Amino acid sequence: MATRTREPLHRALGLTDDELEAIRGALGRDPNPTELAMYAAMWSEHCSYKSSKLHLRTLPTEGEAVLVGPGRDAGAVDVGDGLAVVFKMESHSHPSAIEPSQGAATGVGGIVRDVLAMGARPVALLDPLRFGPLTEERNRWLFAGVVAGIGGYGNCIGVPTVGGEVAFAAPHSANPTVNVMCVGLAPAERLLLGHRAEPGALLLLIGAATGRDGIGGVSVLASRTLEEGAEESRPSVQIGDPFAEKLLIEACLELADRGLLEGLQDLGGAGLTCAASESASRLGLGVELELDAVPLREEGMEPFEILTSESQERMLALVRPERLGEVRAVCERWGLASAVVGRLVEGGAMRVWRAGAVVAEVPARSLADEGPAYDRPAGPPEGRAEVLADDPTFVAFDGDPGEAFLAVLGSPNVASKRWVYEQYDQLVQGRTLQGPGADAAAIRIEGTLRAIVCTTDGKGRFAWLDPYLGAAHSVAEAARNVACAGARPLAVTNCLNFGSPEEPAVMWAFREAVRGMGDACRALGTPVTGGNVSFYNASGGRAIWPTPVVGMVGLLPDHRLLVRPGFREPGHLVVLLGETLPELGGSEFAEVVLGKVSGRPPALDLERERALVELLVEAARADLLGSAHDCSDGGLAVALAESAFAGGMGFAVSLPWDLPAHVALFAESASRAVVSVAPERAEELEALAARLGVPWAVLGETGGPLLAVDGVFELDLEAARDVWEGAIPGLVGG
Amino acid sequence: MAGRSPRVGVVTFPGSLDDRDALRAVRFLGGEGVPLWHADPDLGGVDAVILPGGFSYGDYLRTGAIARFAPVMEEVRRFAERGGPVLGICNGFQILCEAGLLPGALARNVSLRFVCRWVHVRVETAASAITGELVPGEVLEVPVKHGEGRYVAAPGDLERIEAEGLVVLRYCGPGGELDDRFDPNGSAGHVAAVRNEAGNVVGLMPHPEHAVDPDLGPTGGQPLLASLLGRALARV
Amino acid sequence: MRFRFEVVVSLKPGLLDPQGKAVEGALPALGWTNVSGVRVGKHVELTVEAPDEARARAQVEEMARRLLSNPVIEEFRVLAGEAV
Repeated sequence: MATRTREPLHRALGLTDDELEAIRGALGRDPNPTELAMYAAMWSEHCSYKSSKLHLRTLPTEGEAVLVGPGRDAGAVDVGDGLAVVFKMESHSHPSAIEPSQGAATGVGGIVRDVLAMGARPVALLDPLRFGPLTEERNRWLFAGVVAGIGGYGNCIGVPTVGGEVAFAAPHSANPTVNVMCVGLAPAERLLLGHRAEPGALLLLIGAATGRDGIGGVSVLASRTLEEGAEESRPSVQIGDPFAEKLLIEACLELADRGLLEGLQDLGGAGLTCAASESASRLGLGVELELDAVPLREEGMEPFEILTSESQERMLALVRPERLGEVRAVCERWGLASAVVGRLVEGGAMRVWRAGAVVAEVPARSLADEGPAYDRPAGPPEGRAEVLADDPTFVAFDGDPGEAFLAVLGSPNVASKRWVYEQYDQLVQGRTLQGPGADAAAIRIEGTLRAIVCTTDGKGRFAWLDPYLGAAHSVAEAARNVACAGARPLAVTNCLNFGSPEEPAVMWAFREAVRGMGDACRALGTPVTGGNVSFYNASGGRAIWPTPVVGMVGLLPDHRLLVRPGFREPGHLVVLLGETLPELGGSEFAEVVLGKVSGRPPALDLERERALVELLVEAARADLLGSAHDCSDGGLAVALAESAFAGGMGFAVSLPWDLPAHVALFAESASRAVVSVAPERAEELEALAARLGVPWAVLGETGGPLLAVDGVFELDLEAARDVWEGAIPGLVGG
Repeated sequence: MAGRSPRVGVVTFPGSLDDRDALRAVRFLGGEGVPLWHADPDLGGVDAVILPGGFSYGDYLRTGAIARFAPVMEEVRRFAERGGPVLGICNGFQILCEAGLLPGALARNVSLRFVCRWVHVRVETAASAITGELVPGEVLEVPVKHGEGRYVAAPGDLERIEAEGLVVLRYCGPGGELDDRFDPNGSAGHVAAVRNEAGNVVGLMPHPEHAVDPDLGPTGGQPLLASLLGRALARV
Repeated sequence: MRFRFEVVVSLKPGLLDPQGKAVEGALPALGWTNVSGVRVGKHVELTVEAPDEARARAQVEEMARRLLSNPVIEEFRVLAGEAV
């Protein structure tokens, strides 16, 4: 633990003087270096949420469907038939900035183990990603590396990657944002909640041997900004072994199926320290840990290294002594090592032994649950008023709307992400009704007619301009995406990606984003069941855009009623649900065509959003819709084009509003969806829209080889598709 | 018919991924799916064997390199020598090549990237365990998902494989036309599936088991697996 | 005695090596315009216990043939054989 400078150890480990005092208070004495390292890991920003938890508490977390809320490895909701959907999102941005492929891969591994820890089979992955512009070599390296890492890991463990998003913006150049969401399925009554274990239960460490990987990973990487020479942090990046993870999945699920476990915990940030102290603290018990029993991969490891190692592909099981033989036999069958490394005891102490001596003894609760909480200073950034006032809606535009349309279609934010998702196995497990490239993914629940519908959404540009609105829009868009597939939104997980919480402007954006997310989740009836905060996404004094990302799950009661985004039949009516307003602030058009990232993001009326969601869900249930696709990035024009590409047929529409054509086509007004409907069902759909108060406009009809907007442009569908499909491959060289 | 459905064994290696999917597909088509374990000393009297997709033992050295030495593979070899139908899908194809039960090998995709996409394949011969119910020239839509699916063979071998008619399927366009742009991995001769001389052992990179249920997409895998079941039934 | 070996596995000449091609394609951008014939292979290190180097090497050759390489498309070389 030597450092180059002579600063006190606690500071070198990232603890403040006040935090050291708090530790002294909890112990009634000075901590020894091992204990200090344990506290440094557990009280790091990443593990303790010390800067965020006061704010996170304001989020709605309760609802009819919620089985497990925040504070666990993953949240869970009831989807009927005795089944639970378990889901969680996490960030692996810091490791990915240093070593994109391994960083992203181990992120997948970690989130999968979170879902596994609840006793659920991971059935889907979604990856929301953000990079700097692909015109820069380093960004292309990060982009290609992250995608390859996600694929390389996810494809080897047999969990399909069914969705996500990819966006590009200059502030993410030095700090890519790599989030990953995992969705799992389990019988509700068999969820592993870890509250059954009793004193005497054994701690069985299953899986990979422990090495020096990621020593101090959580405090080194995710709790500080990356400065020049970040390559020095490389030893903190873990190397993933997906084959070992696959074995862990199968072994742990077999153990859960056979009821052999009292609890199961992932070893993630802060490693064994975190898993053992959380397991004990949750039960109000203590724990004895025997470090000599931990299988090590390297010689000469210090106690603190064993305790905080973030070696991947390990799980900690709580096992009753009389079950140990059976449990270990299952591990052996799957070729996994297992070792009893401790046991639960009465009292609340976490006592760590090495070579017959106690090397650390601390209250488990103080490590796991009594970390500091900060209400950090917050204030809006300077210059905000000018940026908001510079509204692109009122900038004169005399360009050719057809050319502008192709420019927006070919913008990497809007362009097809096929280059990305073709590197992911979307099909394994045989449940994928709808994979990447649609509004939301749909996963069939075997043995029932039900399907889980899931999506991830973030609105970086909106959130930069207005973090409250940006976060609320990401919830609204996620709900709309789920509803476009015909499903009712159930609940939310989130990943809140921000710069340094020690910057008041960042803290202000964070607070605003949490407030916006809370308001939207309350209005749309989608409680937050957990998530992750990723701070310190900044380097050289420049932070990423505030990036609140939402992962939402919904339920489709009958998968045969799944609605897809592609036009289904020629001669259907093309209808816009919702109202188009003069709102180009923060739009893709404004950035790509006008070169402006400014203005106010579109307004968001959550009651309107709720009505649209209700309409889409009811219309799907009555099988009224030929297709449904949400209007978001790139506005109406892009929504129409994507429905045409997916359906393999064009459209002929007119714009029935008193708005300049470029505003009508590219405004990103909220609460809108493009649907197509058979003429004989249109009246019924219109009546439903009227009843729910959703604005309705018939724009034209589907069919033909052209994308035709009356009096504005007429483009060949295949030529437009080439622009949309070719943009990203063109930038990354195939 | 003996009044029982064909029993098709699906071998699970520790890193198999599409084993449950293969079992489900067999059942979907009316067969009896029999799970087999890589350490099993026998095949449980099945009428056909599928080696499914996945990464058998992690495949860090080379796809299929370690799986070919699994205990169950000795039985698979004997079963194949007696004329039993054996189908290797994706990783299973790689294992059969490594084991020498099929000619050639599978190398890294020419793009160097994993690829998951729906492709078309053209039937080249009806004389194989998966094309008995098909006619040469027929085109099927099936998905591929692999990083190492580029079919290669030593110079000279390829000519022999072609000359002996061992190519079972080729990647093609929707109308059966051959072109590089329809080939997802850069295979020699656009080869998607090959057979042994007797036709009872077949390996293919596409995943027919993911193309049987109309709820999930196109159903080009149905006739391929139905042919396998038919061949298995003939042995009942 | 223990002997340390290195085994280099490479694609047979004449077979397309897309990794080698990718490396060769990237080098000129970094200023090396005088490079050709890049081939990417695998490198395996292992220690063998045997009475003498010749017997150890024979075993390594056998391992390389049966497992470390695929003779259909790859060739291999066994290097060194230093006592350790």
